[in-house]
Amino acid sequence: MTDKAATDKASITAPSTSGNVIAKYLPVYFTLLAIAGLEIFLAYRNLSTLTLLVILLAMAICGAALAVMYFMHLAEERPSLFLSLIPATIFVLFMMNAIWTDSFRLLHMKPFAH
Amino acid sequence: MWLFIISDAVTFGACLMAYGYLRAASTDWPTPFKFYPTILNVIIMTFVLITSSLTMLGAVDAAKLGDKAKASRFLWSTIFLGALFAGLHIREWLGLINEGVRPFHNPWGSPLFGATFFSITGLHLLHVICGVIALIVIWRGYTRGTLTAGHVETTGLYWHFVDLVWMFVVPTIYLLSIQH
Repeated sequence: MTDKAATDKASITAPSTSGNVIAKYLPVYFTLLAIAGLEIFLAYRNLSTLTLLVILLAMAICGAALAVMYFMHLAEERPSLFLSLIPATIFVLFMMNAIWTDSFRLLHMKPFAH
Repeated sequence: MWLFIISDAVTFGACLMAYGYLRAASTDWPTPFKFYPTILNVIIMTFVLITSSLTMLGAVDAAKLGDKAKASRFLWSTIFLGALFAGLHIREWLGLINEGVRPFHNPWGSPLFGATFFSITGLHLLHVICGVIALIVIWRGYTRGTLTAGHVETTGLYWHFVDLVWMFVVPTIYLLSIQH
Protein backbone atom coordinates (compact mmCIF):
# COMPACT_ATOMS: atom_id res chain seq x y z
CA MET A 1 0.00 0.00 0.00
CA THR A 2 1.41 3.41 -0.94
CA ASP A 3 1.72 6.25 1.59
CA LYS A 4 -1.04 8.13 -0.20
CA ALA A 5 -3.39 5.18 -0.08
CA ALA A 6 -2.54 4.61 3.57
CA THR A 7 -3.33 8.25 4.38
CA ASP A 8 -6.66 7.93 2.60
CA LYS A 9 -7.55 4.75 4.44
CA ALA A 10 -6.50 6.07 7.83
CA SER A 11 -8.13 9.45 7.64
CA ILE A 12 -11.41 8.72 5.91
CA THR A 13 -13.57 7.24 8.56
CA ALA A 14 -17.05 5.88 8.91
CA PRO A 15 -19.14 8.61 7.20
CA SER A 16 -20.43 7.33 3.92
CA THR A 17 -20.14 9.22 0.66
CA SER A 18 -23.53 9.64 -0.86
CA GLY A 19 -22.83 12.33 -3.41
CA ASN A 20 -25.85 14.16 -2.00
CA VAL A 21 -24.46 15.12 1.37
CA ILE A 22 -25.94 18.63 1.25
CA ALA A 23 -29.50 17.25 1.27
CA LYS A 24 -28.57 14.83 4.05
CA TYR A 25 -27.36 17.59 6.36
CA LEU A 26 -29.92 20.26 5.46
CA PRO A 27 -32.04 19.52 8.59
CA VAL A 28 -28.98 20.11 10.80
CA TYR A 29 -28.18 23.28 8.85
CA PHE A 30 -31.70 24.69 9.27
CA THR A 31 -31.74 23.71 12.95
CA LEU A 32 -28.50 25.64 13.51
CA LEU A 33 -29.95 28.67 11.71
CA ALA A 34 -33.14 28.37 13.79
CA ILE A 35 -31.12 28.24 17.02
CA ALA A 36 -29.21 31.37 15.96
CA GLY A 37 -32.47 33.14 15.08
CA LEU A 38 -34.09 32.16 18.37
CA GLU A 39 -31.07 33.41 20.30
CA ILE A 40 -31.37 36.82 18.65
CA PHE A 41 -35.13 36.90 19.30
CA LEU A 42 -34.61 36.09 22.99
CA ALA A 43 -31.87 38.70 23.30
CA TYR A 44 -34.51 41.37 22.60
CA ARG A 45 -36.94 40.05 25.23
CA ASN A 46 -36.92 41.68 28.65
CA LEU A 47 -35.06 38.90 30.45
CA SER A 48 -32.56 39.39 33.25
CA THR A 49 -28.91 39.09 32.22
CA LEU A 50 -28.42 35.88 34.21
CA THR A 51 -31.53 34.21 32.76
CA LEU A 52 -30.57 35.27 29.26
CA LEU A 53 -27.00 34.02 29.77
CA VAL A 54 -28.20 30.59 30.94
CA ILE A 55 -30.68 30.24 28.06
CA LEU A 56 -28.20 31.44 25.42
CA LEU A 57 -25.43 29.17 26.69
CA ALA A 58 -27.78 26.17 26.75
CA MET A 59 -28.80 26.90 23.15
CA ALA A 60 -25.17 27.42 22.10
CA ILE A 61 -24.26 24.03 23.65
CA CYS A 62 -27.11 22.38 21.70
CA GLY A 63 -25.90 24.01 18.47
CA ALA A 64 -22.30 23.02 19.17
CA ALA A 65 -23.36 19.44 19.92
CA LEU A 66 -25.19 19.25 16.58
CA ALA A 67 -22.16 20.63 14.75
CA VAL A 68 -19.76 18.22 16.47
CA MET A 69 -21.94 15.14 16.09
CA TYR A 70 -23.10 15.66 12.49
CA PHE A 71 -20.91 18.22 10.67
CA MET A 72 -17.75 16.87 12.28
CA HIS A 73 -19.10 13.29 12.10
CA LEU A 74 -18.27 12.44 15.71
CA ALA A 75 -21.55 10.49 15.89
CA GLU A 76 -20.18 8.15 13.22
CA GLU A 77 -16.69 7.80 14.69
CA ARG A 78 -15.51 5.10 17.07
CA PRO A 79 -17.16 5.49 20.52
CA SER A 80 -13.70 5.50 22.11
CA LEU A 81 -12.89 8.76 20.31
CA PHE A 82 -16.01 10.41 21.71
CA LEU A 83 -15.35 9.03 25.18
CA SER A 84 -11.74 10.17 25.20
CA LEU A 85 -12.40 13.67 23.87
CA ILE A 86 -15.67 15.04 25.17
CA PRO A 87 -15.60 14.14 28.92
CA ALA A 88 -11.97 15.33 29.15
CA THR A 89 -12.82 18.65 27.51
CA ILE A 90 -15.83 19.23 29.74
CA PHE A 91 -13.75 18.32 32.81
CA VAL A 92 -10.99 20.79 31.87
CA LEU A 93 -13.52 23.58 31.24
CA PHE A 94 -15.23 22.93 34.60
CA MET A 95 -11.91 22.89 36.43
CA MET A 96 -10.91 26.12 34.72
CA ASN A 97 -14.16 27.67 35.84
CA ALA A 98 -13.44 26.57 39.41
CA ILE A 99 -9.91 27.97 39.37
CA TRP A 100 -10.88 31.35 37.90
CA THR A 101 -12.57 32.38 41.12
CA ASP A 102 -9.16 32.28 42.81
CA SER A 103 -8.10 35.20 40.65
CA PHE A 104 -10.60 37.38 42.55
CA ARG A 105 -9.08 36.38 45.90
CA LEU A 106 -5.63 37.26 44.56
CA LEU A 107 -6.92 40.70 43.56
CA HIS A 108 -7.24 41.47 47.25
CA MET A 109 -3.86 39.92 48.02
CA LYS A 110 -5.49 37.37 50.27
CA PRO A 111 -4.69 34.08 48.60
CA PHE A 112 -5.77 32.04 51.61
CA ALA A 113 -8.83 34.06 52.53
CA HIS A 114 -12.20 32.37 52.67
CA MET B 1 -6.58 17.32 14.27
CA TRP B 2 -8.94 16.30 17.06
CA LEU B 3 -6.27 17.00 19.68
CA PHE B 4 -5.63 20.42 18.14
CA ILE B 5 -9.37 21.15 18.13
CA ILE B 6 -9.70 20.15 21.78
CA SER B 7 -6.75 22.33 22.81
CA ASP B 8 -8.18 25.23 20.80
CA ALA B 9 -11.61 24.69 22.37
CA VAL B 10 -10.04 24.95 25.82
CA THR B 11 -8.21 28.14 24.76
CA PHE B 12 -11.46 29.75 23.61
CA GLY B 13 -13.20 28.42 26.73
CA ALA B 14 -10.59 30.13 28.92
CA CYS B 15 -10.98 33.41 27.02
CA LEU B 16 -14.78 33.34 27.30
CA MET B 17 -14.65 32.47 31.00
CA ALA B 18 -12.18 35.29 31.67
CA TYR B 19 -14.54 37.61 29.80
CA GLY B 20 -17.47 36.37 31.90
CA TYR B 21 -15.67 37.00 35.17
CA LEU B 22 -14.42 40.43 34.10
CA ARG B 23 -17.90 41.38 33.00
CA ALA B 24 -19.53 40.11 36.18
CA ALA B 25 -17.00 42.04 38.27
CA SER B 26 -17.61 45.29 36.39
CA THR B 27 -20.36 47.70 37.41
CA ASP B 28 -20.37 49.72 34.19
CA TRP B 29 -20.01 47.18 31.41
CA PRO B 30 -21.17 48.83 28.17
CA THR B 31 -24.08 47.47 26.13
CA PRO B 32 -23.52 49.40 22.91
CA PHE B 33 -24.67 47.05 20.14
CA LYS B 34 -27.63 48.38 18.14
CA PHE B 35 -29.68 46.24 15.76
CA TYR B 36 -28.29 48.26 12.88
CA PRO B 37 -25.49 47.94 12.01
CA THR B 38 -24.00 45.50 14.54
CA ILE B 39 -26.63 42.82 15.18
CA LEU B 40 -27.76 42.79 11.54
CA ASN B 41 -24.12 42.30 10.57
CA VAL B 42 -23.83 39.45 13.11
CA ILE B 43 -26.95 37.79 11.64
CA ILE B 44 -25.44 37.91 8.14
CA MET B 45 -22.06 36.69 9.44
CA THR B 46 -23.69 33.76 11.24
CA PHE B 47 -25.66 32.80 8.15
CA VAL B 48 -22.50 32.99 6.02
CA LEU B 49 -20.42 30.87 8.42
CA ILE B 50 -23.05 28.15 8.93
CA THR B 51 -23.59 28.01 5.16
CA SER B 52 -19.83 27.67 4.65
CA SER B 53 -19.91 24.58 6.90
CA LEU B 54 -22.52 23.07 4.59
CA THR B 55 -20.39 23.75 1.48
CA MET B 56 -17.40 22.27 3.30
CA LEU B 57 -19.40 19.08 3.87
CA GLY B 58 -20.05 19.02 0.11
CA ALA B 59 -16.33 19.44 -0.60
CA VAL B 60 -15.39 16.55 1.70
CA ASP B 61 -18.05 14.31 0.22
CA ALA B 62 -17.05 15.10 -3.37
CA ALA B 63 -13.36 14.58 -2.52
CA LYS B 64 -14.13 11.16 -1.05
CA LEU B 65 -15.94 10.24 -4.25
CA GLY B 66 -12.92 11.41 -6.23
CA ASP B 67 -14.92 14.11 -8.03
CA LYS B 68 -12.22 16.79 -8.21
CA ALA B 69 -14.29 19.32 -10.16
CA LYS B 70 -17.16 19.20 -7.68
CA ALA B 71 -14.80 19.24 -4.71
CA SER B 72 -13.10 22.31 -6.19
CA ARG B 73 -16.40 24.12 -6.61
CA PHE B 74 -17.40 23.40 -3.04
CA LEU B 75 -13.96 24.32 -1.71
CA TRP B 76 -14.05 27.65 -3.53
CA SER B 77 -17.57 28.30 -2.26
CA THR B 78 -16.27 27.75 1.27
CA ILE B 79 -13.24 29.96 0.64
CA PHE B 80 -15.50 32.72 -0.73
CA LEU B 81 -17.87 32.50 2.25
CA GLY B 82 -14.93 32.47 4.69
CA ALA B 83 -13.42 35.55 3.02
CA LEU B 84 -16.85 37.24 3.07
CA PHE B 85 -17.15 36.51 6.79
CA ALA B 86 -13.69 37.99 7.42
CA GLY B 87 -14.60 41.08 5.38
CA LEU B 88 -17.83 41.61 7.32
CA HIS B 89 -15.96 41.12 10.58
CA ILE B 90 -13.33 43.69 9.65
CA ARG B 91 -16.11 46.12 8.65
CA GLU B 92 -17.64 45.56 12.10
CA TRP B 93 -14.32 46.30 13.78
CA LEU B 94 -13.80 49.47 11.74
CA GLY B 95 -17.27 50.69 12.72
CA LEU B 96 -16.46 50.26 16.42
CA ILE B 97 -13.02 51.83 16.02
CA ASN B 98 -14.69 54.85 14.37
CA GLU B 99 -16.97 55.10 17.40
CA GLY B 100 -13.89 55.41 19.61
CA VAL B 101 -13.49 51.84 20.88
CA ARG B 102 -9.86 50.92 21.57
CA PRO B 103 -8.38 47.92 23.43
CA PHE B 104 -8.16 49.92 26.67
CA HIS B 105 -10.57 52.75 26.12
CA ASN B 106 -14.15 53.31 24.97
CA PRO B 107 -16.66 56.13 25.30
CA TRP B 108 -19.26 54.12 27.23
CA GLY B 109 -17.89 52.41 30.34
CA SER B 110 -15.47 49.75 31.52
CA PRO B 111 -12.22 50.10 29.55
CA LEU B 112 -11.87 46.30 29.51
CA PHE B 113 -14.79 46.06 27.08
CA GLY B 114 -12.53 46.84 24.10
CA ALA B 115 -9.78 44.51 25.34
CA THR B 116 -12.09 41.51 25.66
CA PHE B 117 -14.05 42.31 22.49
CA PHE B 118 -11.00 42.71 20.26
CA SER B 119 -9.08 39.79 21.76
CA ILE B 120 -11.88 37.21 21.55
CA THR B 121 -13.34 38.25 18.20
CA GLY B 122 -9.79 38.84 16.93
CA LEU B 123 -8.72 35.32 17.90
CA HIS B 124 -11.75 33.96 16.06
CA LEU B 125 -11.09 36.17 13.03
CA LEU B 126 -7.49 34.91 12.99
CA HIS B 127 -8.82 31.35 12.90
CA VAL B 128 -11.10 32.19 9.97
CA ILE B 129 -8.28 33.85 8.00
CA CYS B 130 -5.94 30.90 8.71
CA GLY B 131 -8.75 28.56 7.65
CA VAL B 132 -9.23 30.39 4.34
CA ILE B 133 -5.49 30.19 3.66
CA ALA B 134 -5.46 26.49 4.60
CA LEU B 135 -8.41 25.82 2.29
CA ILE B 136 -6.60 27.48 -0.64
CA VAL B 137 -3.49 25.39 0.05
CA ILE B 138 -5.55 22.21 0.33
CA TRP B 139 -7.48 23.00 -2.87
CA ARG B 140 -4.22 23.52 -4.76
CA GLY B 141 -2.68 20.31 -3.43
CA TYR B 142 -5.82 18.26 -3.94
CA THR B 143 -6.40 19.36 -7.54
CA ARG B 144 -2.71 18.73 -8.36
CA GLY B 145 -2.84 15.29 -6.77
CA THR B 146 -0.25 15.94 -4.06
CA LEU B 147 -2.89 15.94 -1.29
CA THR B 148 -5.69 13.46 -0.70
CA ALA B 149 -9.36 13.47 0.25
CA GLY B 150 -8.17 12.77 3.80
CA HIS B 151 -6.48 16.17 3.86
CA VAL B 152 -9.69 17.83 2.68
CA GLU B 153 -11.59 16.05 5.45
CA THR B 154 -9.10 17.11 8.13
CA THR B 155 -9.32 20.75 7.00
CA GLY B 156 -13.10 20.37 7.08
CA LEU B 157 -12.93 19.39 10.74
CA TYR B 158 -11.02 22.60 11.47
CA TRP B 159 -13.51 24.67 9.48
CA HIS B 160 -16.51 23.25 11.36
CA PHE B 161 -14.71 23.98 14.62
CA VAL B 162 -14.37 27.65 13.61
CA ASP B 163 -18.13 27.64 13.00
CA LEU B 164 -18.71 26.02 16.40
CA VAL B 165 -16.70 28.67 18.25
CA TRP B 166 -18.76 31.41 16.61
CA MET B 167 -21.88 29.84 18.16
CA PHE B 168 -20.47 30.76 21.58
CA VAL B 169 -18.96 34.12 20.60
CA VAL B 170 -22.27 35.52 19.29
CA PRO B 171 -24.37 35.06 22.46
CA THR B 172 -21.66 35.90 24.98
CA ILE B 173 -19.99 38.84 23.26
CA TYR B 174 -22.76 40.36 21.13
CA LEU B 175 -26.20 39.32 22.35
CA LEU B 176 -25.49 40.03 26.03
CA SER B 177 -24.35 43.54 25.08
CA ILE B 178 -27.36 44.65 23.05
CA GLN B 179 -28.55 48.22 23.50
CA HIS B 180 -32.19 48.12 24.69
